[in-house]
Amino acid sequence: MKNRSQLQKWSLGVLVLTVLVLGSYMSSTSAVAAKGQEINIGNGAEPKDLDPHIVTGVPEHHILQNLFEPLVSKDPKTLEPVPGVAESWETSKGDTVFTFKIRKDAKWSNGDPVTANDFVYSWTRLLKPETASEYAYQGYYIKNGKEFNTGKIKDPKKLGLKAIDKQTFEVTLNSPTPFFLGLLYHHSLYPVHQKTVEKFKQRWTRKENIVSNGAFQLDQWKINKVITLVPNPHYWDKSTVKLTKVNYIPVEKQDTEEKMFRSGELHVTNEVPLEKIPIWKRKKTGEYQEHPYLGIYYYWINTTKKPMDDKRVRKALALAIDRERLVKYVTKGGQMPATAFTPPGTGGYTPAPVLPKDGSRIEEAKKLLAEAGFPGGKGFPDIELLYNTSDSHKKIAEAIQQMWNKNLGVNIKLYNQEWKVYLDSQNQKNFTVSRAGWIGDYNDPNTFLDMLVTNGGNNHSGWGNKEYDKLIAEAGKTADQSKRHELFKKAEDILMEELPLIPIYVYTRVYLKNPIVQGWYPNVEDIHPLKHVSLKATP
Amino acid sequence: MGIRYLLGRLAVMIPVFFLVVTGVFFMIRFAPGGPFDSEKKVPPQIMKNLEKKYHLDEPLLYQYGRYLKDLARLDLGPSFKHANRTVNEIIGEAFPVSVELGLLALVWALIIGIGAGGLAAIKPNSFWFDYLPMSISIMGICLPTFVIGPLLVLVFGLWFELLPVAGWNSWEDRILPSATLGFAYAAFIARLTRGGLMEIRSMDFVRTARAKGLSEPQILVRHMLRGGMLPVVSFLGPALAGLISGSLVTEMIFNIPGLGRFFIQSALNRDYTVVMGTSLLYFSLIFACNFLVDIAYAVLDPRVRYE
Repeated sequence: MKNRSQLQKWSLGVLVLTVLVLGSYMSSTSAVAAKGQEINIGNGAEPKDLDPHIVTGVPEHHILQNLFEPLVSKDPKTLEPVPGVAESWETSKGDTVFTFKIRKDAKWSNGDPVTANDFVYSWTRLLKPETASEYAYQGYYIKNGKEFNTGKIKDPKKLGLKAIDKQTFEVTLNSPTPFFLGLLYHHSLYPVHQKTVEKFKQRWTRKENIVSNGAFQLDQWKINKVITLVPNPHYWDKSTVKLTKVNYIPVEKQDTEEKMFRSGELHVTNEVPLEKIPIWKRKKTGEYQEHPYLGIYYYWINTTKKPMDDKRVRKALALAIDRERLVKYVTKGGQMPATAFTPPGTGGYTPAPVLPKDGSRIEEAKKLLAEAGFPGGKGFPDIELLYNTSDSHKKIAEAIQQMWNKNLGVNIKLYNQEWKVYLDSQNQKNFTVSRAGWIGDYNDPNTFLDMLVTNGGNNHSGWGNKEYDKLIAEAGKTADQSKRHELFKKAEDILMEELPLIPIYVYTRVYLKNPIVQGWYPNVEDIHPLKHVSLKATP
Repeated sequence: MGIRYLLGRLAVMIPVFFLVVTGVFFMIRFAPGGPFDSEKKVPPQIMKNLEKKYHLDEPLLYQYGRYLKDLARLDLGPSFKHANRTVNEIIGEAFPVSVELGLLALVWALIIGIGAGGLAAIKPNSFWFDYLPMSISIMGICLPTFVIGPLLVLVFGLWFELLPVAGWNSWEDRILPSATLGFAYAAFIARLTRGGLMEIRSMDFVRTARAKGLSEPQILVRHMLRGGMLPVVSFLGPALAGLISGSLVTEMIFNIPGLGRFFIQSALNRDYTVVMGTSLLYFSLIFACNFLVDIAYAVLDPRVRYE
């Protein structure tokens, strides 16, 4: 009996303890969400850095656009240029010289005024070889920018940058660049604070050192945990800013992010897991966001390899994909079937739809393949389709593999490589067909079509066409928008006839947003300046 | 205990450590791709500037020598990917998180494991104390963390709304991840505890204790645990190392800023210095844990003598 009673005492103790511990969990976990004007945003990967001249990724840009302010900003609804640090600007000399008037009340977060010299310093820093900026080519439109960056010119004074006085900044370009104002929103052209950068060097972007000029300033940065911004007290337009705190939370696992959103720990997510898209889409509560995005998903074709050197083969493959079925049943995120390379509406330009949306031209594809010497796919070598390891790329590749097999009778083998190995294979042209995606750097067809010039650094197809190169070069020198678009159209026609790549679908941005988030507008560039965003208190 | 034996173990560590440094250094360098490859190709001139900045343009052996020299001063170098941080800083920030997670998981594992195993050994072959918990423990061993984690989140985070689903801020954030990570180990420990105790249960000194009229819990605590725990103790070393270094999946599921994520990400990013730093840290950790077990073994079991 003694044994039993002791055992009972023990277990009673354990039970009481458990109840106590559990009870204390319950009391203090509910209030995670919406504390006044504090927003929590899921932001994908952990940012590499917050130096506008160094970083290259999208997560970094999300943060930088709120930490810094460019000369000319963008209206998040229309994407039209609106005054930023510059209150006005004018062009002269056939649109090759831009003169920006910097507002007097533009201030850094330490109270220093933002001056024309800051921009001369910053853009020179972007182009300086020692900075080793991966986005230095964004400054190649500036006179002597490329020559300075590649070391052909040593003297920074020869750059087309001039501070006429504290408030006047003059930029001379190589040629009229109609998208130049739009380019200014790109983080590589943001200003940085000279004294801070020179004093702290590589470590100037750390929380204790950083000085910025945007609507917000850095409050804390815990690696892989959170980056917090608070309003910049010296910002000239601080009365517009409603949010009191912004937390960017890096969440790489989509499932985790979705759960955090459901439990109220996030107001906006970065993505939605593929298999959850139909569920969120069905809900009528307004969280699901889906809008076109300035990017294209396509397959490179290595035109130096047989039988891909035959453009009839390439065309047959391009025609034999039922893009509509693919986006409806495989990708599911409202993507648009791509009928040309440049996403429609890029900078006001829409290419002629050349490729079919659905499988309506399969007969033609069969005929082309037969003409190329492979009737019914007979004798067609087993070619390989390369993609970087990821579930969604795999699903798409499998669907296309099936379509090609069913429609043309050709056999494609799939193989995947881890990201860096895949990039290496592309660079070495160690592939026959390879998955790819391209997100525009700026809202203009040039960012897409420029890539395919002969021997272009990002042209992995081995394809080149003199007529095409000429058209792109000419468009680069033309100021008149409609004439430029005419040239781009001609170039794109050549591209869609030659098909060194097979466009598949136009990207969409798919994410979840709590309906209490106000002033967040969908747009193709996916920019969301938070100075316009606020949280509506839940009733 | 043989001091010489322990010193010998330590001495072995040095050449092995050197081998690991060399192996990891060259393996990661020979992997295709580099830290600055990206989808948008960097112009050759800029690539040269980058390589110069990080000394990647020097001959590999020279770089290796440089690394060893820095390592001797415990300087693990700058991160290639996180440009404004050094590897020492990254480890300094992320490693304590992994250690905390691992230790908390170990607490779960020990409480549940020894508790369940002990009960099962007191009442062997009873349904409630033995068969049921032992069946659950088989499940715990079989179910991977990427199943248990989301399941726990679903139940406690989303259905009952008791606990946060992810993050690492308040103490509530610690509960689900550490339980997830500890569960598989708890199951293992439960089985080891039961096995160890069952073996010792029928020994003469236990029978003597029982004959003296001691209560079962007293026998368990005073006489059986010390000897019966030996299998558990030998398991603890690798377990602790495994809990601290193997928390990657748990860290991903719960979005915890620990070192496991860096370990994997750095390899994928070819962030050479971070790969080196984390590998060397994990190596030292596993070695240290095994070393501690050797000592603990000698203390606990009078039969073990190191000569």
